[in-house]
Amino acid sequence: MKITVDEEKCCGAGQCVLIAPEVFDQRDDDGIVVLLEAEPAAEHQDVVRESASVCPAAAIHLDEKA
Amino acid sequence: MTTHPVPTDTTAIPDFPAPRSASCPFAPSPQMRALADGGPVSRVRSWGGSTPWVVTGHAEQKALLADPRLSVDFANPGFPSPVDPQYSHPHARPDLSFVGMDDVEHARLRRMISGTFTIKRVEAMRPGIQRMTDTFIDEMLDGPKPVDLVQALALPLPSLVISELLGVPYADHEFFQTNSKTLVSAVATGEQRQTAHAALSQYLDGLIGEKIAEPGDDLLSKLGRHVEAGELTRREAATMGVLLLLGGHETTANMISLGTLLLLQHPEQLAAIRDAEDQHVVVDSVEELLRYLSIVHLGRRRTAVEDIEIAGKTISAGEGVILLGELANRDPLVFEDPDRLDITRNARQHQAFGGGTHHCIGQPLARLELQVLYPTLFRRIPTLRAAVPLEETRFKYDAVIYGLHELPVTW
Repeated sequence: MKITVDEEKCCGAGQCVLIAPEVFDQRDDDGIVVLLEAEPAAEHQDVVRESASVCPAAAIHLDEKA
Repeated sequence: MTTHPVPTDTTAIPDFPAPRSASCPFAPSPQMRALADGGPVSRVRSWGGSTPWVVTGHAEQKALLADPRLSVDFANPGFPSPVDPQYSHPHARPDLSFVGMDDVEHARLRRMISGTFTIKRVEAMRPGIQRMTDTFIDEMLDGPKPVDLVQALALPLPSLVISELLGVPYADHEFFQTNSKTLVSAVATGEQRQTAHAALSQYLDGLIGEKIAEPGDDLLSKLGRHVEAGELTRREAATMGVLLLLGGHETTANMISLGTLLLLQHPEQLAAIRDAEDQHVVVDSVEELLRYLSIVHLGRRRTAVEDIEIAGKTISAGEGVILLGELANRDPLVFEDPDRLDITRNARQHQAFGGGTHHCIGQPLARLELQVLYPTLFRRIPTLRAAVPLEETRFKYDAVIYGLHELPVTW
């Protein structure tokens, strides 16, 4: 799995940080998403999928084949 | 808008806004529910014979909220007015800063303050919010009963929280609460709305002036620093202050009162929140209450700036679009048995805070306040009950944000 995030679309809601803190963080100055692990370990992939699905700005994209 | 063809059979188009049923005050309008059952995207007839689109489906709303082909700028001629123009001309709608702006200007202003609402910063406020909640409940328990929960707790808690965050003296709460209430009223005249907005703007401008002279570590001081750096005008800073002050208390206060009344109707679910040892139970409960109550109930409003094909319909450039969150949050394709309150369900897909780049900036704070408030209230006052029958409770049918005018309680 390979994750890409769209900083322009990101609304800084932090839902991904709550659901998958091992993979996502927020910039201190404006709360925009910071990707910690672009290729998450297998045990984190379910929470990454949930993060992408609930992201209110649809700013998280997953390539499941990568 | 006369440039777009409207359907010839206008008798089939339901009127909007459509009232809720007084016998089901927690449910969406039956007419809008019937409309949603017929398809996710439909036309309605609104003020002055206009026929904007109404979007009721969850998937369609999620897509449109994140779609840059929809503009939030209420100066667009096709923008669907949230209030009857007899009360307020849409172009005279009070300026609410970046809420009424499209990107990139929206993002420039919003990102000056969005760092205040990161998960970590908001979570750090939990002990303080717990103390404030306990203090207001202490005062409630020391006072006479029955007492109005809105005035004793629902309004004071978020007002104090946002006051401290902004650096607004809480002693002025009656002034800013009264004017905020006028701003979200759907029946205030345009003149009353403008007067309330002017009073709040002037008040915040004065405070920002004080913060520039003597900065603190609050949000108004931060806005003051942006003014000093030439990145923000005084007017923009004051308007942003109005938005944050208003958004910080009117919304959360209504969730507190409405959620408390709803849980009093569901004692077994109230007990589960009260007795929860696992914080996840409380977190999930708050998400379900946000979904079920969907207090932003007159629609999020947009204008199409390009033609948009969605659900087999074409929304033409220039047409108004109204996104009804309370219907999306009860879409049976996403939420099983959606009219049932179930605090154990995974309700995270709800759109109570909107979506896209305009997703509510204060939502982590609202969530935290609700996560602290409900269990604390029911633990500290386990015999809490409504002091008037449900039929006599006054719901805010006449406000842009749904809620209760008052909630008399006793114990």
